[in-house]
Amino acid sequence: MSTRTRTAETVVPFEEVMRRFDPVMGLEVHVELNTATKMFCGCATEFGAEPNTQVCPVCLGLPGALPVVNHAAVESAIRIGLALNCEIASWCRFARKNYFYPDMPKNFQTSQYDEPIAFGGYLDVEHDDGAGGTEVFRVGIERAHMEEDTGKSLHVGGSTGRIHGADYSLVDYNRAGIPLIEIVTTPLTGAGERAPEIAKAYVSALRDLLKALGVSDVRMEQGSMRCDANVSLRAKVSDDPASVEQAAVPLGTRTETKNVNSLRSVERAVRYEITRHAAVLDSGSPITQETRHWHEDTGVTTSGRPKSDADDYRYFPEPDLVPVAPTREDVERLRATLPEPPQERRKRLQADWGYSDLEMRDVVNAGALEVIEDTVAAGATPAAARKWWTGELARRANSEGVEVTAMGVTPAHVAELDGLVRDGRLNDSMARQVLEGVLAGEGGPAEVADARGLELVQDDGALEAAVDKVIAAHPDVADKIRDGKVQAAGALIGQVMKEMRGQADAAKARALILERLGVS
Amino acid sequence: MTDLTRLTAARMAEGLAAGDFTSEALTQAHLDRIERLNPVLNAYLQVDTEGALATARAVDAARAAGESLPRLAGVPVAVKDIACTVGIPTTAGSRMLEGWVPPYDATIVTRLKEARMPILGKTNMDEFAMGSSTEHSAYGPTRNPWDLERIPGGSGGGSSAAVAAYLAPLAIGSDTGGSIRQPAAVTGTVGTKPTYGGVSRYGVIALASSLDQIGPCARTVADAALLHEVVAGHDPMDSTSIDAPVPPVLEASATRDLTGLRVGVVREISGEGFQAGVLARFEEAVEELKALGAEVVEVSCPHFRYAMAAYYLILPSEASSNLARYDAMRYGLRVGPDGVDSPSAEQVMGASRDAGFGDEVKRRIILGTYALSSGYYDAYYGQAQKVRTLIARDFEAAFSQADVLVSPTAPTTAFRIGDQTEDPMTMYLNDIATIPANLAGVPGLSLPVGVADEDGLPVGLQVLAPATEDQRLYAVAAALEERLHTAWGGPVLDRAPTVESQEVPA
Repeated sequence: MSTRTRTAETVVPFEEVMRRFDPVMGLEVHVELNTATKMFCGCATEFGAEPNTQVCPVCLGLPGALPVVNHAAVESAIRIGLALNCEIASWCRFARKNYFYPDMPKNFQTSQYDEPIAFGGYLDVEHDDGAGGTEVFRVGIERAHMEEDTGKSLHVGGSTGRIHGADYSLVDYNRAGIPLIEIVTTPLTGAGERAPEIAKAYVSALRDLLKALGVSDVRMEQGSMRCDANVSLRAKVSDDPASVEQAAVPLGTRTETKNVNSLRSVERAVRYEITRHAAVLDSGSPITQETRHWHEDTGVTTSGRPKSDADDYRYFPEPDLVPVAPTREDVERLRATLPEPPQERRKRLQADWGYSDLEMRDVVNAGALEVIEDTVAAGATPAAARKWWTGELARRANSEGVEVTAMGVTPAHVAELDGLVRDGRLNDSMARQVLEGVLAGEGGPAEVADARGLELVQDDGALEAAVDKVIAAHPDVADKIRDGKVQAAGALIGQVMKEMRGQADAAKARALILERLGVS
Repeated sequence: MTDLTRLTAARMAEGLAAGDFTSEALTQAHLDRIERLNPVLNAYLQVDTEGALATARAVDAARAAGESLPRLAGVPVAVKDIACTVGIPTTAGSRMLEGWVPPYDATIVTRLKEARMPILGKTNMDEFAMGSSTEHSAYGPTRNPWDLERIPGGSGGGSSAAVAAYLAPLAIGSDTGGSIRQPAAVTGTVGTKPTYGGVSRYGVIALASSLDQIGPCARTVADAALLHEVVAGHDPMDSTSIDAPVPPVLEASATRDLTGLRVGVVREISGEGFQAGVLARFEEAVEELKALGAEVVEVSCPHFRYAMAAYYLILPSEASSNLARYDAMRYGLRVGPDGVDSPSAEQVMGASRDAGFGDEVKRRIILGTYALSSGYYDAYYGQAQKVRTLIARDFEAAFSQADVLVSPTAPTTAFRIGDQTEDPMTMYLNDIATIPANLAGVPGLSLPVGVADEDGLPVGLQVLAPATEDQRLYAVAAALEERLHTAWGGPVLDRAPTVESQEVPA
């Protein structure tokens, strides 16, 4: 039986740690590319396929099989490197990282070692400055390199879901050979107490960037983007974490928390490790250099395997592959395909659309930027596009647990709906009903409106009759309005709408009521 | 009726095309001979009687129907057990892969099938191609048809013995440090290691990826050229495969005159440590080259002396990684450790690798693992790669003075089975003349130049050419072969005692 427990270790409150220590982070992010085929063979890469159905002699490591580089993956790697302001190697090789593990078919991983495809870049990350504004933190990118993913082990039995204590293990090699890019930051110093949120902001910004590049699904919950967080503490010698004095203090021993697979967890795991390191150091013990497992449920890390800088993977250049040597022309051609950086794009769109900071944040958090952009392009007003996508549609998507864009409503539909409202053909509640119809697959907005007989009554005679009837039925309210309590008109408008079975223009009804009562 | 198995492959192809005999008869003649002699020679590990005959009959039917067929259609071939063959077990001579049946064909096997050549079976070899004698096969040694108490060379002793004993007219070999050329030399046959990248390695079980190359084994230079052209050429499944037309080796094998050709004798691999009878035949052959019009010069390749040391760092390093996949998890031998009820994956890996690999394989895995280790990499693997560069430069310099280089293929004739198994260093020295070509990626060919006076066993001459100039090998070898055959009144194999006439050793 495993004696492993997830009991939280002693920690020191974060604020107290920050008075005495300076945290340093290093983040390693693995991104699965969304290429149609694997890194070194022609197998499909679809997520969630039946186990061991997307395999061939190459990715199963059968005797005699040889790898061939997927050029689409190399191009994605170069584009990622360029978007991260890296230099692109004019000549680099793959290397074999040798170690034995059942989910690794060849018992070596084809990766890159001392010749990464991209190196020496940075990503500017915006984060809350704690005073209502934003600050920019520059995250140094040491390298981005290409490699292949391993298979996936499923440990059955035992209590932990880990290999120790399991009754048996199953391996799915569908994932083996999926192209991965590993993006490694420089040791990030100078973040101070903002370290956990900068970690989160970096991973978030990186995710946006990769999404904009279109190179990955970047779904952390599916493992197509995974983060390992290295954390160490050193003595705090200055109130300014970016000061020269502070930078001169040697780095402490680090731990590497593996597979932190949500943005929130990145922040929590970094924060937890900072508080745990402080407790260990306070107890007079050294930090053990090791990997740590993050437990999402309990919010703690537990000890993994010891890791030293001398871990011996016996790297050597992969003799089965020829070097990758992108020409200057290749690199420039790929540079020309880079999208506008997400932060700049957001600023431009916010200005174009006239959204407040808060509104823009909602849009971004709802992941609705692209769809709103498309909706505005299709003719909707920015305000209406935001209202529908972050309001009604977002609620529906949320309650059904699907992506907002996966419900069958298109930007063109929303633009059309907004057009009907602006033309005065539908009011708000009718528009909502039309949307119901569209969601139910009854057709486009105009079609649904026709089919359901939803249209504002344009015949003023019917509206006037309704207004007169309502005023007659509610003389007390009418008197209040005549006395100047204009806000009481709302009650009468409601009654008019009821009379008209909702098919009236509320603004028009209001104007008519006020006119009849002589207060207009 | 003549014994069809004694014909050259070229003559077999002509006879089939002319309707003199059928492929079924030709294939059956070989299968009969294999059935009779393989129990003695152990040249084949697997014989695919049904598959070979089915291909032969299909070729006969196609020919009868007037279909146009590839030149070697119906000519049988043997394949070293290192190449994957669908439906035929492929073991690389190792217990580790006993009974493993590949689900895919090596590219070269696909090409043999496209050429419609019946595949007779899979030939014996040193385990994972590690050795120079075929004694390191997990399935017992192959015997040299010239003398059943002697080794047929290695690692491809099975292919060369099969060709020398008329158990196949043609065979596929693989050459990492001499495994085609040295067996050819000690069995009186022809063998070529093409330019690195000239023949696809896809589906050929890797020993050392940067050194391995596939090539033909045959009884004549022209036959080797015929098979060379079948298997050579670009393969998108092998990144290291050369994307260029195949050198015109067949055309070159018609060469009869070497006027104006500059032949370099490599000083460092043509003297010291070589058996007297080997040197005598080599020197005579050089005189014959002069008689054919060649200009002979002596060249020096000073870094060849480090080739052996570099080779025995690079090969084990790459092999240690290439052989890591044999871990009992997906295929191959799986045994549990003794006395462990519920072993872990790691324990099963360890026990299986212990049981599945032979001593020579373990020796090289240990050497390679050590050489790649952190702290030793620069001193060993890194240095060896530098030596490799220096050897390539030696070749460049030599090829500026000569169009081809020549040397004896192996320092000795075939040694006795068991003579060198105690001392790996002695065995390693068999490849002293062949290794430089693998390190530099240049092509090499071995052809018989007679028998040594002291033991009556065949001697090989090695021809080396610059990368992608494989046709030069065939031009020189074909002209020399023609001249020697004329002088001898036939090929050197005619002088070999029949297998049937020899006493079978216990």
